[in-house]
Amino acid sequence: MPSYLFWLFATVMLSGGAAVIAFRNPVSCALAVVACFVGLAGLFIGLSAFFVGIIQILVYTGAVMVLFLFIIMLLDLKDEEKRAKALAPLAAGLSLVILFAVQLIGVLSRTANKSAPELDAATLATAAANLKEGGKIATALGEGRLPDTHLIGQTLFTGYNLPLQILGVLLLVATVGVVALSKKTAD
Amino acid sequence: MATLNDYLLVSGLLFAIGLAGVVLRRNIIVVFMCLELMLSAANLSLIAFSRFNTVNGLPDYNGQMLVFFVITVAAAEVAVGLAIIVALYRARQTIHTDELTSLKG
Repeated sequence: MPSYLFWLFATVMLSGGAAVIAFRNPVSCALAVVACFVGLAGLFIGLSAFFVGIIQILVYTGAVMVLFLFIIMLLDLKDEEKRAKALAPLAAGLSLVILFAVQLIGVLSRTANKSAPELDAATLATAAANLKEGGKIATALGEGRLPDTHLIGQTLFTGYNLPLQILGVLLLVATVGVVALSKKTAD
Repeated sequence: MATLNDYLLVSGLLFAIGLAGVVLRRNIIVVFMCLELMLSAANLSLIAFSRFNTVNGLPDYNGQMLVFFVITVAAAEVAVGLAIIVALYRARQTIHTDELTSLKG
């Protein structure tokens, strides 16, 4: 990804994140989170993680944030704006961020930097040599494309079969739990 | 070309913003959104490591698997957490953390 696109998406992401804290209205906060996640998805796609980038848009901005907006509007919260700002949490939050950022910059300035390995047609063709001849992934790699979704599917269903099934059970438990939690009690 | 440290810096800043939101904000729904920001910051560094450490010339897909699992677990967590918030609002008619002091000694 060209450098200016990286900084563009990073700015969108970070300003969206800052807006989440700055806005008083919860609906504006939710929309700022959406902006933040769109920038994040741009960064994912720039890192050649196409599947995860699309999932980020579909699951997070499409489903999770709509759920948030739904709950915000269901609860009808209006009184946030008239609250006075307390100084103590503001100072605590700011000093926390500054401390964290200083430490982060300190660590990153001491560690060895690394630029991205090339993913051009030649390296993809050599990667295809390790895979089964004539398969979908090997063919796409040989043509110089990165079959991201195929590779993720192969890793998921070969190396991560048990975690995938545990995840299915987890989602079932979460669904049942949500229904049980939001049911009105008889008393 | 952006380097690995650039991605880690941006990811760390997003995490710091999320952390500040959790400390600063008093609305429990906004606190919850900031938790999502922190999870996404972790996802960004995972994807960056996956791209910058290639295995046989391809990105390390084990890192992307972890991101996939984090996104799925976060979706389940959001569903349960929002159900808890709705139940809390029904019981107490507020979602401001200042007014939820039953456990305070």
